[in-house]
Amino acid sequence: MLLQTRKLTKVFGTLTACDAIDFSIRSGEIHALLGENGAGKSTLVKMLFGSLQPTSGQIVWQNSPVTVASPAAARKLGLGMVFQHFSLFDALTAAENITLALDERAPVADIGEKARALSVQYGLPVDPNAVVGDLSVGERQRIEIVRCLLQDPSLIILDEPTSVLTPQEADRLFETLFRLRDEGRSILYISHRLDEVRRICDAATILRHGKVVGHCQPDRETPGTLARMMVGDTVAQITRAPHAATGETPAILVSRLSQPPVGPFSTALHDVSLTVQRGEVVGIAGVAGNGQGELFDALSGEQRQSLADTVQLSGKPAGLLGVSARRRLGAAFVPEERLGHGAAPQMTLTENLLLSRHATDGSAFIRKGGVIARDMIGRAAARISAAMDVRKGAEDPPAAALSGGNLQKFLIGRELDRQPAVLIVNQPTWGVDAGAAARIRQALIDLARNGSGVLVISQDLDELFEISDRIAVIHDGALSAAMPVAEATAERIGLLMAGAAAAPGNAGVAA
Amino acid sequence: MIRIEVTRRPQPSRLLSAFSPLIALGLTIIAGSIMFMALGKNPVAALYSYFVEPLTEVWSLHELAIKAAPLILIAVGLSVCYRANVWNIGAEGQFTFGAIFGSALPVLLPGFQGPLVLPLMLLCGVVGGMAWAFIPAVLKVRFGTNEILTSLMLVYVAGLFLDWLVRGPWRSPEGFNFPETIRFHEDAVLPAIWFASGRAHWGFVFAIVAAVAVWFLLERTLKGFEIRMMGQSPRAARFAGFSSGKVVFFALLLSGGLAGLAGISEVSGAIGQLRPVISPGYGFAAIIVAFLGRLNPLGIIAAGLVLALSYLGGEAAQISLGISDKAARVFQGLLLFFVLASDTLIHYRVRLMRTVKAGGGDA
Repeated sequence: MLLQTRKLTKVFGTLTACDAIDFSIRSGEIHALLGENGAGKSTLVKMLFGSLQPTSGQIVWQNSPVTVASPAAARKLGLGMVFQHFSLFDALTAAENITLALDERAPVADIGEKARALSVQYGLPVDPNAVVGDLSVGERQRIEIVRCLLQDPSLIILDEPTSVLTPQEADRLFETLFRLRDEGRSILYISHRLDEVRRICDAATILRHGKVVGHCQPDRETPGTLARMMVGDTVAQITRAPHAATGETPAILVSRLSQPPVGPFSTALHDVSLTVQRGEVVGIAGVAGNGQGELFDALSGEQRQSLADTVQLSGKPAGLLGVSARRRLGAAFVPEERLGHGAAPQMTLTENLLLSRHATDGSAFIRKGGVIARDMIGRAAARISAAMDVRKGAEDPPAAALSGGNLQKFLIGRELDRQPAVLIVNQPTWGVDAGAAARIRQALIDLARNGSGVLVISQDLDELFEISDRIAVIHDGALSAAMPVAEATAERIGLLMAGAAAAPGNAGVAA
Repeated sequence: MIRIEVTRRPQPSRLLSAFSPLIALGLTIIAGSIMFMALGKNPVAALYSYFVEPLTEVWSLHELAIKAAPLILIAVGLSVCYRANVWNIGAEGQFTFGAIFGSALPVLLPGFQGPLVLPLMLLCGVVGGMAWAFIPAVLKVRFGTNEILTSLMLVYVAGLFLDWLVRGPWRSPEGFNFPETIRFHEDAVLPAIWFASGRAHWGFVFAIVAAVAVWFLLERTLKGFEIRMMGQSPRAARFAGFSSGKVVFFALLLSGGLAGLAGISEVSGAIGQLRPVISPGYGFAAIIVAFLGRLNPLGIIAAGLVLALSYLGGEAAQISLGISDKAARVFQGLLLFFVLASDTLIHYRVRLMRTVKAGGGDA
């Protein structure tokens, strides 16, 4: 056994995040850690990696009990970790970033050379002299992996590694993982993507509500049986009634939107045109960092346009309007980043409800003289929490106290509660567990079928295929024409995502 | 091996947020006693003159209110700025400019008298403070300058401008060449709250009213929500449709206005004329008061009184025990240090850990 945990437990106040976890990883296996959001995966991994100390229980490393006092100690033991959110400095080069994270001191050039050698050896092309800000997300992930491999770890922990990759990039990552396994290293693989887990993992441990609910061999299971173990019961199947085209004014009409880069590391938008009819869901696929965030900000009005007609919402010119005015036209927005963009982390849920609703629901939520009607907002927040099944530890906790999935349910519910005519969502189910994701996707479809226009920007292709009527692809700030989902295949979308044949505005349909 | 581990609490501790000021007081008393003993003074007598003596006499209670009023008024305005993440360090200058604007009326038009004079002076004081705060606001919003630097530098401009006025054009002709203006006529003097007992003036009432009003603004209104959101999470505030420029203007003008009101109240209520120096550094001490009160206007009332008490206590200890003013300042510093340090306990848990072997590298 490479690593074992014995009754590993972590208690936060009244919440037992990990409850007597027993599991073990053999040398030379890819071991999946599956579980819904809030199931305790992150807490478990943080204890293994030394960033949290267990309340009780034991970690056994190569058959001797150890205390992992810090991440540095974990690295010394031979554990490496690649985080879901990269910890790289945009303004530094790959080699400089790697040097910063190492515990021993060495010249940047030496480390760059070593990194280059390793990257060739494992098929992870990385240019040590490239500035991180200029790299794609896939490339940044490779830097993280190379940085981790430089420490020669026996166990590598990967947290949701494919959430930011194209299908082709993911395949390459898997080859690297197989190579690492064949060298006798072990990999702890955290993912929500059941297909992937079945494809590459040798063993799986499933967590639910902080407890181990099962061990299995993923290739002997179906996605359905895995999901059932995670959620506890069968995941609701998404139902999608056929979409009847309406000849009325489109919900969203974007014509020839171009925009220079807003900051040093942001993407320019080139001549983006897009129509979303009432009643349909349009998906925008693309690898992270290709202008999704910029497009979202342009549509939400956080970044205004210079011409009123560039963006039209429900038939009204909105290009010159700000966020609140666009919301008053019936539009609602859910950004990708929950904490710090969609919600203020230290503010309570009720305050965060007011965040996006003060302009549209002023008559209900704001009394005379600008006084906040706290009782009304409290009731609305309770209604949303009930409708979306938001699980929380207190009546009105700060946003940061909720798990990612539960906060996302609240943020989507906050907008759905208004019955918006237009909904624009960036990454609706990123890092959200299977049960909650199904609920969110169904809610998006239902909203569209009730006559609203829904635009979903997502890096999860399976999700887009599941909910979209039409799919467009964004690459380097240019948007392909939207193709009906029946004509879209993973290969075709994957090629567009990688930038093949993406002359702005005419790719896709012509292909 | 023992190490100290500081971990963030999942939620701030209610118990400790109530008790941390008492813990701070206890630690100050212990550390202060050690210091007084080292100086060869009786610690009990020293602590008595610090914390009790100023509260035993009616006149010194009035002095307490006089000292606390500007501290509270200014700190309340600063709390709005700091909650909005706008770092106004120049309240001292806004205080001075409020005093100058407000004094213009009785100094330049001594013939204009009647019940209208005082309200107009107070209004001019507010406008003066706002005008001085408007400069860093425009510079920040328009050109992206750092308000810490601009507001601070304007303090010295205001101070020198006042100095020039009272030595030059505004100097009293009957003042034997002393650098001061004429004494304000009766209608221009802010009256005492309760004449019979002492000289505490209406500035203290203004301070309490301002604190309650600003508390309501911050905690209960949409404007306050906007300010807090902008300070905590600017990106989310933009997503909410709030404009950062408007918040910067609002926060700086409000705090400038309150500092200006404090300035004219001090001059009109406590001094009675303009002099080269009209403040012992209220504008800077108020920064400490704002943080002692945890940027909560109601907490600031208490913090302002405590800081005013430590000023009076320091004076009392100098007089009755012959402690040097340096020692008095050290003691004041101890108090502030422990208060801020104890507040850490609200958000963090401190534990002594006995580790078998740091690093766990025994594999």
